[in-house]
Amino acid sequence: MSLRPPVSEQDHAAGSADAPLTLVEYGDYQCPHCAAADPIVRAVQKAFAADLRFVFRNFPLTEMHPAAEPAAEFAEGAAVQGKFWETHDAIFAWSRRHGPPSLGPEAFAAIAVNLKLDVQQLEADVQRHRYLERIKNDFNGGIRSGVNGTPSFFINGARFDGAPTVEDLSEALAEVLKR
Amino acid sequence: MSALNPGTQAPEFSLPSTPDQRVSLAEFRGRPVVLAFYPADWSPVCGDQMALYNEVLSELAKLNAQLLGISVDGVWCHAAFAGDRRLHFPLLADFEPKGAVARKYGVYREADGFTERALFVLDAAGVIRWSFVSPVGVNPGADGIFDALEALTEKERGL
Repeated sequence: MSLRPPVSEQDHAAGSADAPLTLVEYGDYQCPHCAAADPIVRAVQKAFAADLRFVFRNFPLTEMHPAAEPAAEFAEGAAVQGKFWETHDAIFAWSRRHGPPSLGPEAFAAIAVNLKLDVQQLEADVQRHRYLERIKNDFNGGIRSGVNGTPSFFINGARFDGAPTVEDLSEALAEVLKR
Repeated sequence: MSALNPGTQAPEFSLPSTPDQRVSLAEFRGRPVVLAFYPADWSPVCGDQMALYNEVLSELAKLNAQLLGISVDGVWCHAAFAGDRRLHFPLLADFEPKGAVARKYGVYREADGFTERALFVLDAAGVIRWSFVSPVGVNPGADGIFDALEALTEKERGL
């Protein structure tokens, strides 16, 4: 099971392209497991610091999670305003605090105000589905890479089949780093 | 019991999909068919697997392929499950005689009383072109299905 397409400049990446480790997550903003995994990823990023680049790709399960795709469109719109990671974190934090079903236009509006995003621009982008194709490309790439649920992680292109815990992810990352 | 291999003509079947409808494999001759045998409605892994497949129906349609889910659950159970998960593809009930179709494909687990988590990709002529049996607890994803469908020629896809 390997990553198709490979990570490129098109991706949302935190960390250096020269880092020896790249962790890719396929995630769904309304998935409770993804919301739970988000602080775990942050902890792993902190632990591996400059050795790790983290990439997030969209994998919204639209029939099960009706707000997943709008949330992804909202985050993509925020990315164009230079605030992808803040928005990404805020959506998952909202989901943990208020529950995944509470995600929707009101949640997005509150997050936008909090992060001082250009709300009018964002609403227009989401309504016109300006970033939907990108999201669908992420999704289809995930399918072809063997994503079988959310969150799915890949370490340097290979699917990670362990539990999404700090311990298991760190162990797998350290193993790859040793090679 | 082992799953039928590629190159085998897929055994015909006719199974109920709802309380008053049946689906026959022969109806889909002329286009590829993906058979997804799964152990049970409602069990967590199956739910994820079927939810995933539900999201790839438009991509499957681009390849002219029809997806059919099959388990030993009855039609009312399927109806409740499909409604709850908003599934947009048929779930067939291999319910009576129990597992008869799964047995024909070599994917019935006698000791458990349910089917393997098994995938078959059939070409437009109804020949098995790819099969895969996943460990029961592991969601096999959809990449193998798409690789198999894309390896078919346009003619084998019925296009």
